[in-house]
Amino acid sequence: MSFLTGEGMTGGYGGADILHDCTIAVEKGEIAVVVGPNGAGKSTAMKALFGMLDLREGQVALDGEDISGLTPQARVRKGMGFVPQTSNVFTSMTVEENLEMGAFIRDDPIAETMDQVFALFPVLAEKRAQPAGELSGGQRQQVAVGRALMTQPQVLMLDEPTAGVSPIVMDELFDRIIEIARTGITILIVEQNARQALSIADKGYVLVQGRNRFTDTGAALLANPEVRKSFLGG
Amino acid sequence: MEDVTNAVILILNFLFVPGLTYGCQLALGALGVTLVYGILRFSNFAHGETMSFGAMISILAMWWLQAHDVSIAPLPTVLLALPVGIGATILLCLAMDRWVYRFYRRRKSQPVILLIASIGLMFLMNGLIRFAIGPDDRVVGDGERFIINAREFRRATGLAEGLAIKTSQGITVVVTVVLVIALFWFLNRTRAGKSMRAYSDNEDLALLSGINPDRVVMIAWILTGALAAIAGTLYGLDKSYKPFVYLPLLLPIFAAAIVGGLGNPLGAIAGGFVIAFSEVSITFAYRKFIAYLVPESWEPEGLVQLLSTDYKVAVSFVILVLVLLVRPTGIFKGRVL
Repeated sequence: MSFLTGEGMTGGYGGADILHDCTIAVEKGEIAVVVGPNGAGKSTAMKALFGMLDLREGQVALDGEDISGLTPQARVRKGMGFVPQTSNVFTSMTVEENLEMGAFIRDDPIAETMDQVFALFPVLAEKRAQPAGELSGGQRQQVAVGRALMTQPQVLMLDEPTAGVSPIVMDELFDRIIEIARTGITILIVEQNARQALSIADKGYVLVQGRNRFTDTGAALLANPEVRKSFLGG
Repeated sequence: MEDVTNAVILILNFLFVPGLTYGCQLALGALGVTLVYGILRFSNFAHGETMSFGAMISILAMWWLQAHDVSIAPLPTVLLALPVGIGATILLCLAMDRWVYRFYRRRKSQPVILLIASIGLMFLMNGLIRFAIGPDDRVVGDGERFIINAREFRRATGLAEGLAIKTSQGITVVVTVVLVIALFWFLNRTRAGKSMRAYSDNEDLALLSGINPDRVVMIAWILTGALAAIAGTLYGLDKSYKPFVYLPLLLPIFAAAIVGGLGNPLGAIAGGFVIAFSEVSITFAYRKFIAYLVPESWEPEGLVQLLSTDYKVAVSFVILVLVLLVRPTGIFKGRVL
């Protein structure tokens, strides 16, 4: 049994189904990556795992416990962290306040976790008193990831964390994500930049039209000629 | 030289002091409007009547105190009664939210529907208040009337112009300063205050962070009720309490909130003073002021008044229209606490 599992997920936003019997699972402390063409339902699958979507069929389990009926807020309390693709920081609030708000559900001291986030993203420590809305795209993404880490989640889910950032910043961000995984946090990423994302993935999922098309280790998917031809541009 | 001093005292007495007081009153009102907008995302037209309600309860409590010979002279008795007004107004706001606004919020209604609902509540309260206390003019202030008396000022300085500062004006300014400091401390330094700003900034992300929206809304109404009761009572203390003045007062209050940037507390305060000083200075008769500064033969014949005081309301309306045309977001960018 994997640490986080979405099994046979079928459902959509009220209209036609977007996901069809889609299964995604991540092992404890590993990185799983979901890739696929536009409109494949990648983000939808992640939202389904996080409870932002009503599933008609299938179930979601965290650490062996069925959490299908829980609201997203309740899942945060269970140890799931989610970084949305857009509007993922409080733009009018300072970097430090953003991190504080991330830790809102915690009653214990948060200074240590904040220091860990600052150690992971040193630039945020420099800009801690600046409003997040004034930061560059890459720095904002760091704030967004930092905010989610403040709850000390067991699973961190990132929806296209590298959308709209430069290639250098992207590499940097992936390095940080690997570092986060090394601390034992389970990571699930939905990515547009399939090649780079699969290269750091323990497990990769290729979705097409809401269905599982290929599932394998990241390295195997990168080596698979059919995947290369259809999804990685040769 | 003495003429210049006289001219300055004249402006201080008839323009600056009243403008400052009126600005404080508008700022407090606009803060309430802006808080509701920042959290609940609709323009609360019932705010004027909420202020009126707070003032009414304060006055009823004041009468009770006066009947029992309780006095805090030289300060007006109504200050002692104010906590009762604040408490009752907070309860009123929470009740309105519980029985009206929450219904529409749960249905995720458009802001305009909440706005219309608030207009309904405005008329309802307007009627109930006149039922309860009657439409008459009530003098609220007792105790010492002046901090600085014009006649004594003239005697002490030997100037022709007198400077008068009413107790109500002094109280208004002091209370406003204290409240504004307390409000900003709350919003920027406390966890609950920060969670309100976060909710106002990005509702979805606030939910993801585990911030409880019901609690944020409740705190917003508590603050709004307290601000409304204080603003309403101070306005009544300064001018006398008439139930029907709170409806026309909505225009300068909304003008202040919008000019400053709807949803931005700092903007509400700045907007309050912009509107107040514009109204006062445009409807002020400058004849005597100019007479002090120019040779006798140049003395103007008319009042040198840009607009008659009857057009006071038009001033805030024109500013409102200009701001909406030129800079719809207001002086400070609105939308976020």
